[in-house]
Amino acid sequence: MSDTKKSFLIINRKAPYGSSAARDALDVALTISVFEQPLSLLFMDDAVLQLLPDHQATLIGQKNLSANLSMLEMYDIDQLYVCQQALSLRGIRPDDITLNITLLDSQGIASLIKQQDHVLSF
Amino acid sequence: MIFSIVITGAPYSSQASASALQFSRSVLKLGHSIHRVFFYADGVHSGSALAAPPQDETNIPLEWAALAREHQLDLVVCIAAAVRRGVLDEGEARRYEKSGHNLASGFTLSGLGQLVEAGIVSDRVVTFGV
Repeated sequence: MSDTKKSFLIINRKAPYGSSAARDALDVALTISVFEQPLSLLFMDDAVLQLLPDHQATLIGQKNLSANLSMLEMYDIDQLYVCQQALSLRGIRPDDITLNITLLDSQGIASLIKQQDHVLSF
Repeated sequence: MIFSIVITGAPYSSQASASALQFSRSVLKLGHSIHRVFFYADGVHSGSALAAPPQDETNIPLEWAALAREHQLDLVVCIAAAVRRGVLDEGEARRYEKSGHNLASGFTLSGLGQLVEAGIVSDRVVTFGV
């Protein structure tokens, strides 16, 4: 593997089900971590719904995403950022999320993006 | 500058692949290089040899293959996303015991590691989504 390190930010914007975006983003995140590159995840818009526990995905014939999200810790992916405004617009309290997250306002999001070599958006 | 291109939108449903083609041509014209074009999610349909658009519309798989031939581009289709959606090369068709294969010539199936490696090697990764 190359010695070069590039910092990656994955921006999640879509709801957990209804499109493959959440799963696609997660698969890329796990692969980036296998390559031992610095990685941050940002959840914006409807993607904040991905972070809620106790999805009942099997009822709609889907695999449960929250089980996969708990894999993030196992892969040492701990830079999890969440758009504060997206949470409050949807009436979600930070306490509703069991993962260890950092809340960001729009200025914080701008500076997070600015720090990255690559941004992948899903 | 070294670019890599990621396409996640389906051809003909979204503008993603067509825009990525135009962007890639411009990048090359300006003297930059493209390390890899990675087709992910619905973007895998850009690698289907069976696409048969009307004659007065762009044949996206053929256009990619032509650009790749001209500039020695590495066109990689995400294997997990592709086999789910029925885009198979000969090997995968055999593995899953399917009656045919349809990965267009000039494209290869490979894993997500190719996307990450492209990011490590490239100065810019530009995503064309929906």
